[in-house]
Amino acid sequence: MRQVLDTILSEHTKKSEIIPILQAIQKEYRYLPEEALCYVAKKLHVGEAKIYSIATFYENFSLEPKGKYVIKICDGTACHVRRSIPILEALRKKLGLSEQKKTTDDMLYTVETVSCLGACGLAPVLTVNDKVYPAMTPDSACELIDTLK
Amino acid sequence: MTDKKHMIIDGQIVNFDKEQNILAVIRKAGIDLPTFCYYSELSIYGACRMCVVEDEWGGIIASCSTPPRDKMKIKTNTPQLFRYRKMILELLLASHCRDCTTCPKNGKCRLQELALRFGIDSVRFENTKKEAVVDDSALSIIRDSSKCILCGDCVRMCSEIQNVGAIDFAYRGSDMTVSTAWGKPLAETNCVNCGQCASVCPTGAIVIRNCTQKFWDAIYDDSKRVVVQFAPAVRVALGDEFGLEPGTNVAGKIVGALRKMGVDEVYDTTMGADLTVMEESKEFVKKYKAGKKLPLFTSCCPAWVKYAEHEHPELVEQISTCKSPMQIFSAVIKEHFKQVQEVDGKETVVFAIMPCTAKKDEQVRPEFIYEDGSRDTDGVITTQEFASILKQAGIVFEDVEPEAADMPFGITSGAGVIFGVTGGVAEAVIRRVVDDKSNNMLHNIAYTGVRGMEGIKEASIPYGEGRVKIAVVNGLANAEKLIEQIEIGEAEYDFVEVMACPGGCIAGAGQPFTRMEGKKERAKGLYDADKLSQVKRSEENPVMMALYGGILKNKTHELLHVDYNKREEVAK
Amino acid sequence: MIHNVRELNKFKNQYKKSMEAQYKKVLVCAGTGCVAGGSLEIFERLKQLTEEAGMPVSVELKKEPHEEIAFKKSGCHGFCEMGPLLRIEPFGWLYVKVKPEDCEEILEKSLKGDEPVERLLFHQDGKAYAAEEEIPFYKKQTRIVLSNCGHTDAEAIEEYIARGGYQAVAKALFDMKTDDIVQEVMDSGLRGRGGGGFPTGRKLQQVAKQKEVRKFVVCNGDEGDPGAFMDRSIMEGDPHKMIEGMMIAGIATGAHEGYIYVRAEYPLAVKRLQTAIAAAEKQGLLGDNILDSGFDFTLRINQGAGAFVCGEGSALTASIEGNRGMPRVKPPRTVEQGLFGKPTVLSNVETYANIPMIILNGSDWFRSMGTENSPGTKAFALTGNVNNTGLIEVPMGTTLREVIFDIGGGIKNGKKFKAVQIGGPSGGCMTEEHLDMPMDFDSLKKKGAMIGSGGLVVMDEDNCMVEVARFFMNFTQNESCGKCVPCREGTLRMLEILERIVAGKGEREDLDMLEELADMISKTALCGLGKTAPSPVISTMKYFRDEYLAHVVDKKCPAKNCQAMKRYVIIEEKCKGCSKCARQCPVNAISGEIKKPFVIDADKCIKCGACETACSFGAVTEQF
Repeated sequence: MRQVLDTILSEHTKKSEIIPILQAIQKEYRYLPEEALCYVAKKLHVGEAKIYSIATFYENFSLEPKGKYVIKICDGTACHVRRSIPILEALRKKLGLSEQKKTTDDMLYTVETVSCLGACGLAPVLTVNDKVYPAMTPDSACELIDTLK
Repeated sequence: MTDKKHMIIDGQIVNFDKEQNILAVIRKAGIDLPTFCYYSELSIYGACRMCVVEDEWGGIIASCSTPPRDKMKIKTNTPQLFRYRKMILELLLASHCRDCTTCPKNGKCRLQELALRFGIDSVRFENTKKEAVVDDSALSIIRDSSKCILCGDCVRMCSEIQNVGAIDFAYRGSDMTVSTAWGKPLAETNCVNCGQCASVCPTGAIVIRNCTQKFWDAIYDDSKRVVVQFAPAVRVALGDEFGLEPGTNVAGKIVGALRKMGVDEVYDTTMGADLTVMEESKEFVKKYKAGKKLPLFTSCCPAWVKYAEHEHPELVEQISTCKSPMQIFSAVIKEHFKQVQEVDGKETVVFAIMPCTAKKDEQVRPEFIYEDGSRDTDGVITTQEFASILKQAGIVFEDVEPEAADMPFGITSGAGVIFGVTGGVAEAVIRRVVDDKSNNMLHNIAYTGVRGMEGIKEASIPYGEGRVKIAVVNGLANAEKLIEQIEIGEAEYDFVEVMACPGGCIAGAGQPFTRMEGKKERAKGLYDADKLSQVKRSEENPVMMALYGGILKNKTHELLHVDYNKREEVAK
Repeated sequence: MIHNVRELNKFKNQYKKSMEAQYKKVLVCAGTGCVAGGSLEIFERLKQLTEEAGMPVSVELKKEPHEEIAFKKSGCHGFCEMGPLLRIEPFGWLYVKVKPEDCEEILEKSLKGDEPVERLLFHQDGKAYAAEEEIPFYKKQTRIVLSNCGHTDAEAIEEYIARGGYQAVAKALFDMKTDDIVQEVMDSGLRGRGGGGFPTGRKLQQVAKQKEVRKFVVCNGDEGDPGAFMDRSIMEGDPHKMIEGMMIAGIATGAHEGYIYVRAEYPLAVKRLQTAIAAAEKQGLLGDNILDSGFDFTLRINQGAGAFVCGEGSALTASIEGNRGMPRVKPPRTVEQGLFGKPTVLSNVETYANIPMIILNGSDWFRSMGTENSPGTKAFALTGNVNNTGLIEVPMGTTLREVIFDIGGGIKNGKKFKAVQIGGPSGGCMTEEHLDMPMDFDSLKKKGAMIGSGGLVVMDEDNCMVEVARFFMNFTQNESCGKCVPCREGTLRMLEILERIVAGKGEREDLDMLEELADMISKTALCGLGKTAPSPVISTMKYFRDEYLAHVVDKKCPAKNCQAMKRYVIIEEKCKGCSKCARQCPVNAISGEIKKPFVIDADKCIKCGACETACSFGAVTEQF
């Protein structure tokens, strides 16, 4: 882990670059391990509480490990009025997840909502690891999950 | 009309000059506009929105963050504003613990006070009070985030003034909390126990650990000899709790009251300060003459010591090996009663009434706990706790007759008493080391620049062939600034006094809370005590001579100093 | 490397020739929407087929002219509803909803031959539209900012320059004094496209007069409004235009460093911007001594990390500085102390994209479009229950009717128009009575809405306005930074009340409380987003009070949307009394005598719908 972090820190050296650093760490580990953040805090001379405060402020950062497939259901206005919530509910039901429990125990799937992906013309949409799937229905979303395995 | 720059506040003309915001002008006009998140020492946060006022076009503006403009007209108490403030209070209360009577902050809570002031008689929202989440891992500070109203005062205090940053905001929106990193217990963080967070916390979310029961238990334990020492800064702040003029010196009343409660021996920590002056001066002169690495940093403030251990382990060896006055004095007291103890069989317990919350932590540092489990100091009580002890005892403080402290430690010097204010330690040490012992010199020392409420002060005094360069800082962020300057070679000093609390011990977190004006009055109270003191210099205190010739013979290192190595271990 | 203006012009003419030599161009939309629909597979397949047919194919603009068919990935065409889109030039044919299996026919007819594939053209009311420009969706638009989107290769700086790109920078550097630039923008009347509508010229002027040496130009690409994607399309489809605008702002104000803050949800935009910046740097159009003028300018991209509030100026700069994105109190204003405490020009993507054209064509040209106080055009994202969703650009002052019915093609499935939400969670809704009102900054503000970043979400008769208000309140509440009490606690309580109302548990007093809270929040919240958080509630309560009353008084949802209001009832006339429903009911809520109509006990009913499915006579029905 040290090596990975040192590489990241060699690309971002300033305190103001904490967010890009966290993004790089998350890209690497799919979440922000505590150990990694403590290391960064020390190297950048930033308080641990401050890094923690930044990491918890932004929606995209996760302090918990995420699944191999991160499924984001868009609940922007356009998707919402075209009924995105039933898709969310169907996926949660299928994978045994809830608002609190976002990742399956086998660490395969994480299901979460996202405020707007800007693909409003294709509503309702969802993304799997950033690939956009347009005009979904509860059924087609469940079928999609099956193809991921 | 007036030619000066002025505002018209509720129809009243109020001049302004250097005020940064209209809130300051409004307060100057004698209107106590309510706020939760405004402290002139901290950056402007503007979150509570209680201080909103109406401008002449009906616009609503936050007075804390709006600079005054000439001829600006504002209203501070329209029905609309009143409605908004009430609603804000109602919203805060809706998600807040309302068990006021059992809250440690009862009677001193700003939320409670404002709810009363605005007549909030019901809360129309669902009660979404959070479960109490108490972190009592630390010895000084207890946090209950369920009582937090997120004004951010503690966060800004901790990072802006103290540069510690042990706590910060976490999460956002209605999930936002004030938290340590990963919600760790405070005791496991870099918190230095200065307690300044608690002093600005408007509610019971951050409070100081209460040790009053321990004190009462000792008083009513016949097998114990209860000895109390009280710090210099306590005497000029305690009066606040009893409606006395700010800065009133109540040292005599403290002694009288403690005797009334059945305390066996009452001493003034100023004596311990005198010993610190003796030892620290000796150490400084020795290092200075030997050309050792300087500056020598003072060690009186345990929050500073802890800060250095966390953030600047490389500086720890430059911190004076002297124990703090409290610890020095406790050690001497214990030593003094050793023989008596053998005779009467009573265990000597020392309680210290302190302006400080970090002392609660210092008192149980491993260095100060001996092999037999005994300690130098057995209990630390803050000024505020002492006030509540007096109230519990039903003592009418105003009526207590002043008395003098007990002998053989009852004589103290003016140099020791000014320890309670920023610059005091430095001034006392200067008095000790300069060769010129004239009154004129004494006067000159006061004007070298060591006095005053500025965060970083400098002074230089002639010594031997050259001059000794001295810096005095209060607030750990200022200490950090100074250290940085020293590090990059921008500044060079021989002696540096560091006090964590802004203004020094007079504004310690154990004291009744006060703002700048109050701090100045307290400082004046101590300087006045110095003026009235017959003994101005520590070395002239006859008790010193008796001690060095008596119980301290061959024991100065053991009793008055503390081992560095252990400290570094703690830091690790 | 382009060293000076002479070389810029040479470069331009050279690539212009190359462009003209490409005798046919296939532009496949590579915007987020069409990519999601599979446009890149179509691109690859058609290209491969064409190559296999032995025709000259090129995917990049070459320095020397070649007779060939160009394949380009373009930015968003805007007609996302019809995606994936493919345009064939020089004919201007637009193929809609293209599938990979259409490629053979396209190759045969349109690339080998010169005729359109009739069935892939856009059809409306039985009419086929060959030319893109003739389609009603486009015909009523005035695409200025979006002019290149869909028409050029978004990733090729050569094409941008060949079409006159970076000429505005050259003009600003060599033919104008900085004061003139500021004056030109001021005269144009350009107002910030990100929401507030602050005059951009004034912003430039204020930053220009600051004495600080270090200044910044920051582009707000944190388009967080749900239902808005104008800025994304510009960043994806024509990144250089925006970059050029930022450079001109830098020249005018003496700033040499620029930051673009892009939402993390826009990975394609980030990629295109990175490509564009790298290309501009390679050509010397970014960096030191640009075009030998002595002017230096660098650009950096910062990605957001998921916080709507970072669209607020001071929160955005806080985020770039590496802090929590919490707005701070003002003053000091951003123009005085913005990013890193330095004077900062902070505008959004669309605003910057307008600047090069104003510099090149002059303020009079710009003023010839739009209204007196809101000149120019505005891009809108038209979404919701409208036939033609997508990205559009119209002159300011265009009416809602023109946008929704002429361009948008009316309401989906022949439903009745009910309202349109303008400006996202900070905006309000407009109704039937506002259809003929011109859309510009001031008219909308008067009606309690705002252009915001330009999201238009169309709602039909089936949308419950209380639920819409709840949705937006849920959004703002979720996205509240938590700093000030009115927004943090107030929106929470408003949401609580709205949730109660849509759950059929609201009371009349709740409406008063909503209004009281809305008033307090809008007056006392710390930042603009907090102040406007109650707007959707205020405007829906104003225009659809009946709907609110129906929810709280009659416990009914007129739009038949709120599930909690749903009741299952048995129609007496249809019920045969077979008891099948009663046997299926999991909570024994149905009772009755055989062969007589059964009844459902509404108090026991859990609305599972088992009875409705069970009934063979259609006697069980939902009622709202």
